[in-house]
Amino acid sequence: MPGWQELRAELHPRGLEIVTVALDTGGADAARQWIEAARPEHPSLIDQAHVVDELFGIVNVPSGVWIDEDGMIVRPPEPAWPKRQQRPRRDPPPDAPPRVLALLDVVSKLKVDPEKYVAAVHDWIEKGQRSRFALSPEEVIERSQPRGKDEATAAAHFELGQYLHRAGQPELAIPHFREAHRLQPENWTYKRQAWTFVDPAQGPNDVYEGDWLKDVLEIGAENYYPPLKF
Amino acid sequence: MIINSLAINREEFHRRTGWEIKPEGACKGDACVPLYLQPGQQLDAQVLSDRLQMPLVRDEAAGLWSLGPEGSGRALTSAQAPDLVLPDLEENEFRLASLRGQKVLLVAWASW
Repeated sequence: MPGWQELRAELHPRGLEIVTVALDTGGADAARQWIEAARPEHPSLIDQAHVVDELFGIVNVPSGVWIDEDGMIVRPPEPAWPKRQQRPRRDPPPDAPPRVLALLDVVSKLKVDPEKYVAAVHDWIEKGQRSRFALSPEEVIERSQPRGKDEATAAAHFELGQYLHRAGQPELAIPHFREAHRLQPENWTYKRQAWTFVDPAQGPNDVYEGDWLKDVLEIGAENYYPPLKF
Repeated sequence: MIINSLAINREEFHRRTGWEIKPEGACKGDACVPLYLQPGQQLDAQVLSDRLQMPLVRDEAAGLWSLGPEGSGRALTSAQAPDLVLPDLEENEFRLASLRGQKVLLVAWASW
């Protein structure tokens, strides 16, 4: 969040607005401390019902979407970073639990490329539709997430799960979250949001088959954030 | 879209899914899908589900349905940005379309 505000301060005078959207079933209460700490000057919105996931086809966070002056999407959702995150200054203590060591190892192998992403944003601000990073409407649609019957049904179950969770019926929500995970296992938003309800650390639990570390290891840490297609 | 009856409110359907009900059918961007509705006929979730390939999921215990997005191939069926309206921390509604004339970088993040 602070990184987006820095980029906004730099590029707003040149015609860019940033809009952040918190995909949080927990609503404003879940997102507030992060937003307030970042002191954003840009709109910072709360998407309690995960409407943006469905409308744009977002399957993990952080994801960025480029929209031009006419309201046309010129890049569909893709992993987006404003700056490189600082690595821990010290090595973990030798007596750290194996799970913590495994998590640190996986996190160090996630592929993110903030420098390339921010350079592309600059190019777009400068050149507009002539930027080689601005895509045609056909390419935007083609590069958006696949959504056949399974993915669409997963979205319907995820929405029911969230609705029931928020309505104070978490026991009714769980089968819908499980079905969403089964139908679209590559949707990290569905998994991470549901896992958080049983364990904020998204660790092993009795409710869902997967957890963050297990599922990332299954696909390989380097595949967690797909490479930018520039 | 969560519903407790199969009768669909047109305005809410438009707001939530981006599909607008017009005389020629359900329209989004340049695309229209005919619905063959009679004038004044109630819009029914089952009809939308069949015509737009939107899955309809039922939860008996809760007495609710969920009408999913169209499963026609891609998450984006048009490059036109959806008309998104969401609240900020102070519950002020913000309309994405109010930023026409500027470039926008929309960033989805989460606290989890």
